[in-house]
Amino acid sequence: MSIIVKRATRRFGDFTALEDVSVEIPSGSLTALLGPSGSGKSTLLRVIAGLERPDAGTVEIDGRDATTLPTQRRGVGFVFQHYAAFKHMTVRENVAFGLKVRRRPKAEIRRRVDELLELVQLPGLAGRYPSQLSGGQRQRMALARALAVEPSVLLLDEPFGALDARVRKELRAWLRRLHDDVHVTTVFVTHDQEEAMEVADRIVVMNHGRVEQVGGPRDLYEHPSNAFVMGFVGPVTRLGDSFIRPHDVELRLEPNGTTSEAMIERLVHLGFEVRVDLVLHDGQRLLAQVSREEAEQLELHQGQIIFARPSRVRVFSN
Amino acid sequence: MYLSLIVVLPLTAVVWRSSRDGWGAFWRAATAPQALAALRLTFAVALVVVAVNVVVGTVIAWVLVRDEFPGKRVVNALIDLPFALPTIVAGITLLALYGGSSPVGVNVAYTRAGVCLALAFVTLPFVVRSVQPVLMTIEPDMEEAARCLGAGPFTSFRRILLPTIAPALLAGAALAFARAVGEFGSVVILSGNIPYRTEVASVHVFSLVENDDVGSAAAVSVVLLAISVLVLALLNVIQRRRTRHAE
Amino acid sequence: MRNRGSGRYLLRTVALGYLAAVLLVPVGAVVWRAFGDGVGAVWQAVTAPDAVHAFWLSLLIAAIAVPLNTLFGVACAVVLVRHRFPGKRFLDAVIDLPFAISPVVIGLALILVYGQAGWLGSWLAERGIQVIFSLPGMVLATVFVSLPYVVREVVPVLREVGVEQEEAAWTLGAGSLKSFLLVTLPSIRWGVAYGVVLTTARALGEFGAVTIVSGRLAGQTETLTLYVENRFEAFDLTGAYAASLTLAALALLVLLAMTRLPSHRGTASGFPGPLRRKEGH
Repeated sequence: MSIIVKRATRRFGDFTALEDVSVEIPSGSLTALLGPSGSGKSTLLRVIAGLERPDAGTVEIDGRDATTLPTQRRGVGFVFQHYAAFKHMTVRENVAFGLKVRRRPKAEIRRRVDELLELVQLPGLAGRYPSQLSGGQRQRMALARALAVEPSVLLLDEPFGALDARVRKELRAWLRRLHDDVHVTTVFVTHDQEEAMEVADRIVVMNHGRVEQVGGPRDLYEHPSNAFVMGFVGPVTRLGDSFIRPHDVELRLEPNGTTSEAMIERLVHLGFEVRVDLVLHDGQRLLAQVSREEAEQLELHQGQIIFARPSRVRVFSN
Repeated sequence: MYLSLIVVLPLTAVVWRSSRDGWGAFWRAATAPQALAALRLTFAVALVVVAVNVVVGTVIAWVLVRDEFPGKRVVNALIDLPFALPTIVAGITLLALYGGSSPVGVNVAYTRAGVCLALAFVTLPFVVRSVQPVLMTIEPDMEEAARCLGAGPFTSFRRILLPTIAPALLAGAALAFARAVGEFGSVVILSGNIPYRTEVASVHVFSLVENDDVGSAAAVSVVLLAISVLVLALLNVIQRRRTRHAE
Repeated sequence: MRNRGSGRYLLRTVALGYLAAVLLVPVGAVVWRAFGDGVGAVWQAVTAPDAVHAFWLSLLIAAIAVPLNTLFGVACAVVLVRHRFPGKRFLDAVIDLPFAISPVVIGLALILVYGQAGWLGSWLAERGIQVIFSLPGMVLATVFVSLPYVVREVVPVLREVGVEQEEAAWTLGAGSLKSFLLVTLPSIRWGVAYGVVLTTARALGEFGAVTIVSGRLAGQTETLTLYVENRFEAFDLTGAYAASLTLAALALLVLLAMTRLPSHRGTASGFPGPLRRKEGH
């Protein structure tokens, strides 16, 4: 069930959330809408869901024009950042809600709910209330609830944003596995590039209501189309017009004509890697990243004078 | 939406009717000595009562929030009594105790004090209930910090607590004022409604209506409303200013 | 807080003393007075036909006014919280009007519009519908004065609940009305309940507006509150006290309900108030 958004625009008073946004989401894919706060990613998601009406543009779901179709009839499953659990209903009743609305027979509902709770690994908690669940459990319940009605599209709005780091990592991996099993076209919104890179097949990078670039994680990292994308998707130093990735900086103990002199201001040992904060002759700062071994080999220490050369530089035409 | 018609329409009717007989009639009715006396009395008493309420209401709210004593919950619930009790019953109640055949020997029936008493009863909950939630959410740290800096309890109250509860206090006062000015049922019983002495504006309007002098009734009503609105608007402005400061 | 011992006692005394003098003792006095002539007399007074009629009339009016105001209140709250439209401030202010206006003025206003010579009154009279001096007028007056309570109680609760749960229901296929009924309404039910209790209290206790609008025909258009005054004017103090007792009992029931309901405001009762609300607008 593919989604095609054409030239969507949405304004809230003076603020433009979406400006002429066109995006294609292939059927069965797991796509991330990535961007900083205010970039329009949530708005885009909600436009796809029908929770927002675009001021201009169209939305096509599975080949049919859904622009004026109300949310109820779009067949989208939606998972909210703060779960939107029906607090006065039990877990079972929550998950069964969509099926009840569709007047499915009781036996079928029961079976399906059990199936889903199994799928999201919440089997024994059917009789509990959302307030008795942890954040991670609530979100899994929300997922089960959304999947219950077999949506053609699954939309998640910063689904793990309200959870703590460890749970977030777990659920990320879990979502990926789920998608591999269930194969529903899935779109999720996040501001965390690590999350997007780890989970998604395709990433749509957005900024200020526009689409900056669309591509796979590797694509975006290796071939960013502009400075924003490059900076958003990974660490980068800017020297003049050049943009340099830390791991593309070579460090030598002796100059060799192409290197620049730099002083190590700070060394940060991040487990496997060592981040080297360098200060150049003219006062500019350069971020470098080397492996543990290399750092040991070069006997890197704070205050050391070293010679650096970027092995790969990117320049963007504006 | 729909029911707004129920409210808006009749009220505009009052304003209309009051001016229907022309400005002259309006002015005459509004400035008729009895009307003026009633209006003066109403606002004077209302102000007194509100002032009392502001002080005592705050004290009561304080005691309910910060103090502990047996039966506190009951007392807390009872604060709402004047609200739940019909006004006329309130009048009878107060009359029974502080009226002619009073067991306590206090007789305020047919006096202005009686009017005050009735209004005090009826407006009791407003300030208390406005201030209570604010007091509850104030954490003691502010006051403790003040103490560390050398402030005595009264100074602490004046400089720290008072500004914080001021908006709520004013809101409660406004409500109490509005209620006091419009109160009818309890006053009718307790005050004896002696024209020029203990007749409040609402009672005066009532007697005008009973005498079929609808035009005058409308006129006096409009004056009553106008002044109330002015005072409320004033309080609102002050409250807004204070809220801005409090942020 | 430790060294406030004497100050604290002083405050407590002032507070409790004031409350006792103004609230508690008078109520006790009524009870005492009512039974002054013995329980039998009270019973007779309470079961007098006019009294009984007045009692049922009061309940009837409340039974009509409260549901009406509840429906309106919830709808209004939804509109106020979730929609933006020109004139919203105006609607806001209008809802608070019944708080600020004397019931007598309300009665006057209603007569002007719905009375025989009134704006709508003459039109209605032609169709044989009498509003003033009969039930519809009294219901109207009661509706007017108890209008704001449900709205004011529901608005903050609705605001807190937000719209997300309803949106979730939409994505699951439920229509707007269904979503509202199944999802939002249950989450605001305590606000609604509290509002209903307040409305009922106000409706039962209304005196000023109803007295003007009803004509006070004993046995016909007299509510219990009007009956109390009637007995008072007739120097039938026992009758007045007895009826008062009934009303006071109802009031206590209301108080009980108010304390039982889990109010989201803790011990504060629902005095939404026009000015205070504007703070959080």
